Amino acid sequence: MPKSLISIHDFSRDEILHILDLAEKFEKNPFQPVLKGKIVACIFFEPSTRTRLSFETAANRLGTRIIGFSDAGNTSVSKGETLKDTIKMVSNYADLIVMRHPLEGSARYASEVSSVPVINAGDGANQHPSQTLLDLYSIRKTQGRLDNLNINMVGDLKYGRTVHSLLQAMSHFNPNFVFTSPEELKMPQEYKSYLNKLSIPYKETKELKDCIKESDILYMTRVQQERFTDAIEYERVKNCYSLNAAMLEGCKENMRILHPLPRVNEIATDVDESRHAYYFEQAGNGVFTRMAIIAYLLGQ
Amino acid sequence: MEKQLKVSAIKNGTVLDHIPADQLFKVIDILGLNNSENQMTFGTNLESKLLGKKAIIKVSEMFFEPSEINKIALIAPDAKINIIHDFEVVEKRVLTIPNEINGIVKCMNPMCITNHQAVETKFTTISDKPDFQLLCRYCEKTTDRKNLKIISNL
Repeated sequence: MPKSLISIHDFSRDEILHILDLAEKFEKNPFQPVLKGKIVACIFFEPSTRTRLSFETAANRLGTRIIGFSDAGNTSVSKGETLKDTIKMVSNYADLIVMRHPLEGSARYASEVSSVPVINAGDGANQHPSQTLLDLYSIRKTQGRLDNLNINMVGDLKYGRTVHSLLQAMSHFNPNFVFTSPEELKMPQEYKSYLNKLSIPYKETKELKDCIKESDILYMTRVQQERFTDAIEYERVKNCYSLNAAMLEGCKENMRILHPLPRVNEIATDVDESRHAYYFEQAGNGVFTRMAIIAYLLGQ
Repeated sequence: MEKQLKVSAIKNGTVLDHIPADQLFKVIDILGLNNSENQMTFGTNLESKLLGKKAIIKVSEMFFEPSEINKIALIAPDAKINIIHDFEVVEKRVLTIPNEINGIVKCMNPMCITNHQAVETKFTTISDKPDFQLLCRYCEKTTDRKNLKIISNL
């Protein structure tokens, strides 16, 4: 079975650092057609804007050709073709598969039946490891290091897959975590137990204002209305987790605000002009990171 | 007066005792006994100090690999396995939950691929009895004892 990227824990600390180093080289020189002649299949069984476009941009910059679909409705899937058969067929055509699928675990299964590497571009609410790698890349680029950082995760820490994967990936680098969330959306116990086992310190708070000053990274996520059973509770909470420029007063010079995007209310537009805002550059880093992942899995 | 057996003795084979009465048919299912042609006897709703009501299975001329028999530890953790030769118990086995469990348990996550397509479930056991959890190889969610559902072969 060829090496695939399905979950962030498929990659060791050394592999993660290798990917980030590669991404840095691609950022310095983004036009490197080192994979000319290869074919990348981008098969998206559900809609995506940023992820699909950034994977396609990355593959183009590496000089590959791209095949695929962005809507399963026009494919044999609508005739009832199983995922196994689709993957068997596509892996005969392409050298690497980038897949997004609404079912959790679909990417792991695809990697088991595929004869070529598979990159998980999101399997339902489960994993989205290229997002995690681009988060790590953004953190290292803005802080100059990954070790011993104060990471403050804010918002939906219960259902947000990006915070769970980032927590696992950062655990290699001796972090200090703050979890800022409403009671309903607290970090699940299984992740706190995971940190306890590794003796990684964390504290929990409901107040966003509490821990901004000591943070190196403020990782914002969207608080989604559909997660609340009580509409009044949502109205109360949504503004508590809305960051505005005034709240940044007194924060560390090196502090940067990340967000996996799209954002809605959680970061006011007056923050966009702040030197601490980094979420748009973060999205741009996705291309270099994905170039690095593709190149690594294809043996470059 | 000599104590009379509720389920008659076997000459050679395996006796599975102390199965919770309500799990008997699941144990039969997991071990695939419904497809076996060996002689076997079942007793259920028998009195048990340990379980209240227990079931027992006696299968002639059949001996199980530990990896096979340990699967029933998921639903009958206190079961006792006796190997019989010439009407004598020659070996007693204690069950342990296997580290890997394939194709027996349903993943409790409704969005898991294994609940939508013909994909065999695969779990890793992440804690031991009585409160084990099974980590799904695919969706990475855990299924606990409370939500355990056996996939039927019947």
